[in-house]
Amino acid sequence: MAGPSTGRPSRRSRALRPLAARLVFLGPGLGFLIVFLLVPLALMMSYTIFRRGRFGGVVYEATAENFGRLFDPLYFDIVLSSVRTAAVTTLIALLVGYPTAYVIARLPRRWKTIALIAVVLPFWTNFLIRVYAWVILLSGPGLVNETLTGVGLIDKPIQFLYNEGTIVTGLLYSYLPLMILPLYAAIERLDPQLREASANLGARPARTFASVTLPLTVPGVLTGCVFVFVPCLGNFVIPEILGGGRSIMAGNLIRDQFLKARDWPFGSTLALAVIAVLIVLLFLQAWASRAYGGTEGRRA
Amino acid sequence: MPRGRLIYVPFWATYVFLYTPIIVLVVMSFNAGKSPYVYEGFSLKWYAELAGDDTVRNGLVNTLIVAAGATVLSTVLGTLLAVGMARHSRSRLLDALGLLPAVLPDLVVGLGLLVFYATIKMTLGLHSVILAHTVFGMAFVAAVVRTRLTHADTSLEEASRDLGASPLATFTRITLPTLAPGIAAGALLAFTLSLDEFVIAFFTAAPTEPTLPIVIYSMVRFGVTPEINALATILLAVSFTVIIVAQRMTRLTETLT
Repeated sequence: MAGPSTGRPSRRSRALRPLAARLVFLGPGLGFLIVFLLVPLALMMSYTIFRRGRFGGVVYEATAENFGRLFDPLYFDIVLSSVRTAAVTTLIALLVGYPTAYVIARLPRRWKTIALIAVVLPFWTNFLIRVYAWVILLSGPGLVNETLTGVGLIDKPIQFLYNEGTIVTGLLYSYLPLMILPLYAAIERLDPQLREASANLGARPARTFASVTLPLTVPGVLTGCVFVFVPCLGNFVIPEILGGGRSIMAGNLIRDQFLKARDWPFGSTLALAVIAVLIVLLFLQAWASRAYGGTEGRRA
Repeated sequence: MPRGRLIYVPFWATYVFLYTPIIVLVVMSFNAGKSPYVYEGFSLKWYAELAGDDTVRNGLVNTLIVAAGATVLSTVLGTLLAVGMARHSRSRLLDALGLLPAVLPDLVVGLGLLVFYATIKMTLGLHSVILAHTVFGMAFVAAVVRTRLTHADTSLEEASRDLGASPLATFTRITLPTLAPGIAAGALLAFTLSLDEFVIAFFTAAPTEPTLPIVIYSMVRFGVTPEINALATILLAVSFTVIIVAQRMTRLTETLT
């Protein structure tokens, strides 16, 4: 195994080694990612400039009409409404996730690990089952209605299922951990002395939070928002199961272009739009991290 | 953040929100009654029903084959990649590429592969799902192993190199043994991820060979039955066990944050 270099290495083998090592270690993984991730993505992107054939398939004539169709109200309204649903979900996740992450970051070490694991655990279980659990909870004879009628808040069961609120609940349930983890990481890294200094200088806790803690954790806030917002856009299962298929989102639209309409070029164009949103958001996040996290970056 | 107890309200609300559905699901799986909503006493009959369900059993077998295959591939490729990235490269672009499968929406990854497989005219089957799951499994293994690498003491590796060992010998005799717990944890994560993965499998599996999540998807779309509760409970138990074991072996929480 040790090869020719167990003895005194010649000058030549010393020079060759780093390249050989790179090839051995990076080659297989990199090659795999190129073939099974980059090439498929590039292929999909190339379809965006072609046209759907009459019986499905692709006609290889360059056209820009797919991009024009993005703004057809038929599709654009769906995209807009799913952006709204995703944004509402992200906002709620942030409002609930920030204080949660804040409390976790201040827990004693032992409890911190347990609290973090408890946040991650549901995320690591079967996604469909987590969505399905809400069907049981929110249905007519389900637990939520039982509890509400039990305590006398309502007379008869409410139809919770199959509307935008249920979709937001399902999305929030699925992606809340993705908000809490980066927030926790950002808050955890904060130097406690900064807050102490602020307090010593006479700032009230609210003021310290607004002018010290919050600005320094902006990068974490943005990471969390990207992590929640993007998968919300691409989700097609939750609108189908919890939305009853009536309100569809961008994810459903994209899937249907591929599996039902068999319009791969337009489906690819819609997928490209989602990737474009992702890239814009990642750039915004990187930019804001540099703008806000500058002092932290220098210290590290 | 203002002091006081008010901040604990969203904290506890988060955990109640995260765990109520899971608890209800588990309790209902032991329901003696036919309704998936109303508890009527303890029974294991839905588990018995599940054991006799051929569709579920086929799905489970397919899923286990896929998860095993994807785990082996992900572990080998991911470990090599992690060592390469940490020790033999300083490329930011490479770091970004390694993270890409985790950042991209699964829908995009799945559709990209669907288009790719169709273009190269590859027949779909369990092998196409294995390759698809390796794309993200590898990224997670690489991330976990890298965390371990950055915590590892590099002096042993340096000593090995100074004594004239080749990079390969240093890797097999020094790096690999130090990394073993990280690699095992990464493999476990890749395994659970593949076990539960639905979207990418949905686009890359052959209709005749569905994985278990695809079977669950058609069950859930068809309607709510206590049998799904029993299946869900078993899957929850498996995932929970694996994650806790993985956490014990490595600093999983550090990798994730």
